[in-house]
Amino acid sequence: MPSTRDIRRRIKSVKNTAQITKAMQMVAAAKMRKAQSAAVVGRPYAQLLNEIMAEAATRTVGFDHPLLTARPVAKRAVIVVGTDRGLCGGLNSNLFREAAKLDKDTTIFITAGRKAAQFVARTRRNLAAEFTYKDTPQFAEARAISKFVQDLFLKGEVDAVDILYPKFVNTLVQQPSLTPFLPIGKLAVTTGTNAPAQELPAASSTDVFDFEPDEETVLGELLPHSLNFKMHQILLETKASEQSARMVAMKNATDNAKQIIKDLTLEYNKLRQANITKELLEITTAQMAVG
Amino acid sequence: MAATLKLEIVTPDAKAFSDDVEMVTLTGIDGEMGIYPQHMPVMTQLVAGEVIARKGNANIILAVGDGFVQITGERVAILTDMAVKADEIDEAAAEQALQKAQARLGQKLSDEEAATVQAAVVHATTQLKVKRLIKK
Repeated sequence: MPSTRDIRRRIKSVKNTAQITKAMQMVAAAKMRKAQSAAVVGRPYAQLLNEIMAEAATRTVGFDHPLLTARPVAKRAVIVVGTDRGLCGGLNSNLFREAAKLDKDTTIFITAGRKAAQFVARTRRNLAAEFTYKDTPQFAEARAISKFVQDLFLKGEVDAVDILYPKFVNTLVQQPSLTPFLPIGKLAVTTGTNAPAQELPAASSTDVFDFEPDEETVLGELLPHSLNFKMHQILLETKASEQSARMVAMKNATDNAKQIIKDLTLEYNKLRQANITKELLEITTAQMAVG
Repeated sequence: MAATLKLEIVTPDAKAFSDDVEMVTLTGIDGEMGIYPQHMPVMTQLVAGEVIARKGNANIILAVGDGFVQITGERVAILTDMAVKADEIDEAAAEQALQKAQARLGQKLSDEEAATVQAAVVHATTQLKVKRLIKK
């Protein structure tokens, strides 16, 4: 039977925890809004980039670029984009469960974020490089990762590159998602494009694009750039996922702590009452014995 | 025949410009290009400099960074890392950014940092150049 003092001590400690989780929840909520808007503003750019790439690909005949060519896949690399810090619910564990399904022997891992690097090291998988990114992912950070895997791919050390990252669905749902990164393969207009994109090929399908100075130079610049940009978008999205997951996790923690405080307070009051009743009883019994 | 072109300028931060214009002048990798409606389809690289769009009797001038241009008969799509309207350029801020970036160039930098700083220099100088251009 715990004494009232024990219960009081526990209530105090749970209250402290609740305060911390509440603060973390607020911080995560503020950062989440920032991260989400950062992920959204890049969309028109991504869309136009996609359109241009798709158009460029349909208008060039017999053009090939090393980044476009698919090879039989003997060895592949996976970029695991995780978070730096924990306390974000099941975000990382869900991601790593997917990563664990990949074949250990033929997969090289490249990580972004400290938690991902720890996972790969702990499970003794093949870690080629680990990168970091800041709270607001910079384009330069994305470029570093993207350039590294492009080099791997072009040197023939890997035959395909995929990215595993927590896709942001909405604030409550983040889904681990494995998307192909290299080779770029057949270029196509991806989802989310609106009417002009569908109109254009029909309107000018007979035209052939003129490239200045030539196809190789323009596409040689455009393809790496689009990969860098895609990587950047993924980092932004991961950040949005992380902050959302942390906010939800911390909200749950705060709610739990409040529930515990309520239960403990009830128990404390009951015990206090029982003690008073007991004391009264003792006093009256003593009086009766004396009288 | 369409008398206007749709000019779209998009940066990673925002859709900087989207309007129907009568003519666009921009600097491609092979030199300056003037684009009227029904221009033949071209794809090229954009060099940092000014983009001038004519709409009615007014000229809209923007400072843009490096990027890509796709031209079809009815549309000019510009993808770039910077786009600022000439009258929104803050000369003092650009000057300051330029000095800061140049100071950093003197230090030892990794490739990635150097690329970022180099881009900052290009952005600032382009903004200043365009600002001076419209003052004349």
